[in-house]
Amino acid sequence: MLSTKHVLGIKYLTTADLREILETAEQFKEVINRPIKKVPSLRDVTIANLFFENSTRTRISFELAEKRLSADVVNFSASSSSVKKGETLLDTVNNILSMKVDMVVMRHPSPGAHLFLADHIDANIINAGDGTHEHPTQALLDAYSIQEKLGSLERKKIVIIGDIKHSRVALSNIFCLQKLGAKVKVCGPPTLIPKHLPSLGVEVEYDLRKALHWCDVANVLRIQLERQDIKYFPSLREYAQYFGVRKSILDELNKEIVIMHPGPINRGVEISSDVADSDHSIILDQVENGVAVRMAILYLLAGQRN
Amino acid sequence: MTIERLCHQLIENHPNFEDSCIIGIQPRGIMFADRIVEQLRKLVKNPEFDYGKLDITFYRDDFRKRETPLAASTTEMEFLVEDKNVILVDDVLYTGRTIQAALTAINHYGRPRKVELLALIDRRFNRHLPIQCDYSGIVVDALEEAYVKVEWEQIDGADKIKLYPKK
Repeated sequence: MLSTKHVLGIKYLTTADLREILETAEQFKEVINRPIKKVPSLRDVTIANLFFENSTRTRISFELAEKRLSADVVNFSASSSSVKKGETLLDTVNNILSMKVDMVVMRHPSPGAHLFLADHIDANIINAGDGTHEHPTQALLDAYSIQEKLGSLERKKIVIIGDIKHSRVALSNIFCLQKLGAKVKVCGPPTLIPKHLPSLGVEVEYDLRKALHWCDVANVLRIQLERQDIKYFPSLREYAQYFGVRKSILDELNKEIVIMHPGPINRGVEISSDVADSDHSIILDQVENGVAVRMAILYLLAGQRN
Repeated sequence: MTIERLCHQLIENHPNFEDSCIIGIQPRGIMFADRIVEQLRKLVKNPEFDYGKLDITFYRDDFRKRETPLAASTTEMEFLVEDKNVILVDDVLYTGRTIQAALTAINHYGRPRKVELLALIDRRFNRHLPIQCDYSGIVVDALEEAYVKVEWEQIDGADKIKLYPKK
């Protein structure tokens, strides 16, 4: 049983919680590969997907996970709602909950929006990304995918490359991988690496080649141009030159490393097409595993309710 | 002895096991199913039947009625049951709810021609649903609140059937 009724961030989950989610996800991975990919567990549960920020993968992944557990699903996106008329977050959510919704999956541009909501409402809340803060389900599916590929996370070396400063995936990944016993390094231009990062026990490497040489797994992040208020590097071309993962660099290494990317990919910027589509890449496995991991989280949270 | 007798009963109804498959229910039905399969492989000339292990946790009707969600076990079903004669195997047939869940789960692997139930122990007076077994090892008449546990050499050290007055 999970130690909490919400999944607000990896920071708030224990190592036992993480392991329980990953173990349950393994069973759901088998379910989603059956001829009929559906189980009736959540047939009396209603889930609202509240997306105050754009999403493709996460939103479809959550919706599929919910439907494969037989839950009833309502979708909401900020762009076509009363948020535009000035309704507050709490009012919006309370109105939806008064229609007897049991769980809320939310993506919001403000870091900590979920923490605020958890103080005020009864329903289970799952964070599907809050600003530059956390994206716990992504971190869990990343951990699951590494574990699936390499057998375990214990003492594995993982480097996160790219826009660390604006990435909720990076922060959640750091917490998650460390709790599961892996070693984490980050790599990117100094302007995109927060200066407090070493206090989390993470080493910083500015040389892409050295970082790749050290690691077993490289998790390449997207350059989040939409969150960059000022110029953090001179040009995308220059970024690709110094921090773009491409085949010629991987060929120089005398070992095989696993390549991951949370998507969406900027092909030719942080990762080249020949790497993204190569055998080393588990990018599409990550997407598949995302559904299983989200099913596990929904199942474990819903099971707590009487 | 009992296992051998049950196997002979199965063989009577499933000559050669051509279109038959055996599905054990996780977690504790598996040990029994393993024994049955082992014995059948000795008794049948060309034992080419499929053997699967099914976990029914996600199909239970008491989800959200319990304090905590049950941890699921692994499902190993490498085949479809379409048009097959399925023999479901569990250790104890009690309320029938596990079997109801298993029947739903099996349908997700195709439409079987026939489903039969084999249970080592039949607690015939404790049923909540109109489900009966086709083959049973021992009939145990116990009160509703009693708990019958089958222990197996592989995991518990010895083959035993225990009857506890309370769960």
